[in-house]
Amino acid sequence: MNINQPLFSSTEATDAAFVVTKHARPVLQGQQLSCIRQDRVLFAQLSVQLSYGQLLQIQGKNGAGKSSLLRILAGLAQPDDGQLYYQAKPLAQSLPAYCANLCYIGHHSGIHEQLTALENLSFWRAAAALKPADDWALLAKLGLAGLEDVPCRMLSAGQQRRVSLARLWLTPALIWILDEPFTALDQSAIGLLQQHMLEHLNKGGAIILTTHQQLTLQFQSLIKLELVYRW
Amino acid sequence: MVSMVFLQRELRLLARQKADWLNPILFFIIVLSLFPLGVGPEPNMLRIIAPGVVWIAALLSVLLAAERLFKDDYRNGVIEQLVAGRHSLLAFVLAKTFANWLSTGLPLLLLSPLVALLLGLEQAALGAMALTLLLGTPLLSLLSVLGSALTMAADKGGILLALLILPLYIPLLIFASSAIEAASIGLEYQGQLAILLAMLLLALALVPMAVTSALRINVS
Repeated sequence: MNINQPLFSSTEATDAAFVVTKHARPVLQGQQLSCIRQDRVLFAQLSVQLSYGQLLQIQGKNGAGKSSLLRILAGLAQPDDGQLYYQAKPLAQSLPAYCANLCYIGHHSGIHEQLTALENLSFWRAAAALKPADDWALLAKLGLAGLEDVPCRMLSAGQQRRVSLARLWLTPALIWILDEPFTALDQSAIGLLQQHMLEHLNKGGAIILTTHQQLTLQFQSLIKLELVYRW
Repeated sequence: MVSMVFLQRELRLLARQKADWLNPILFFIIVLSLFPLGVGPEPNMLRIIAPGVVWIAALLSVLLAAERLFKDDYRNGVIEQLVAGRHSLLAFVLAKTFANWLSTGLPLLLLSPLVALLLGLEQAALGAMALTLLLGTPLLSLLSVLGSALTMAADKGGILLALLILPLYIPLLIFASSAIEAASIGLEYQGQLAILLAMLLLALALVPMAVTSALRINVS
């Protein structure tokens, strides 16, 4: 392994990268995080922080450890070293509060193929203890009008992705962690999702995402974090 | 309230994937109908082996249904989402367990008169068998949910599940078949039933927690 290789580099996308809205303190902080998979160090001594109103985009080649980092930040996996803080408290102490304020959408769709879009949404609504609302209107907005009652296995990959992402319109959580959310989506859906992300940031939310696609909208508070592939 | 929505979801899935629960029931009936053919239709012989045979067939058929319990939800990321959200995992486990009992345990209970007919059981033994099934099948469901949660990430989880769970069924098998045996020779069998009930209550208290931990470990 090349020791001199930079472990990570953080570049500011725009000069306005540190336009921090109402909350100046970082809501989520990872300090000296390390992750080892099959004897390969994906990243070591990595520090990340996220404040409300910020969009953190994690970049890197396939296998650089983006998904592993997101799973650690979502509390799904433990870092091999390092500490996570939510609102300046160690994550272990504030886990229930953090989980209630988090919406994580990973590689897997999180929808059951045998259930319809409406049934999947009502399941998620119950799981997140949300009040019933107009799911039909939401699905229509996502371009799924007329497909509400079709089992999800009959939908295309992009349509399934739309059902899965519908959770972002349901959740009251302020922190979103999105792993490749644009996969399989067409241009109009990507535009719709980016617009929704922008609204979320303007409302004071925070987003961490990985994507290989260029963000087409201007995000004022975009911060990029490049993970370097390490051998 | 959350549990009701989850239970509704499980029942809906069972209604759409009928093979998941119909196959184990048919398996149970076929295995039982093989015994009179295999060991001969001698009523006394059948009466002697009936308690053990009924319960072994029940264990195996429940095991058949257990393998796929969490597979789909693991593969499509539902469990990962529930673990990430944390608070509704226990309700999900309870709904799974109850739906599993409704689809595999309850049918066995309802089939017990047919079993009695096939194996030539008498009235008293039939009552004892129904009671042991009533107390024993929820325990079977709890244990198979546990085994299924532990093995859901394994590629060939089926045989691993059997090796893991069948030994745990042994106490149940011993007391359940001994209760039926006692009833068929006219002895009291409340003692065995009490032990079955105790095992059920113990499992009901501990297994859901173990299952939620197993699910958490498997997605991390």
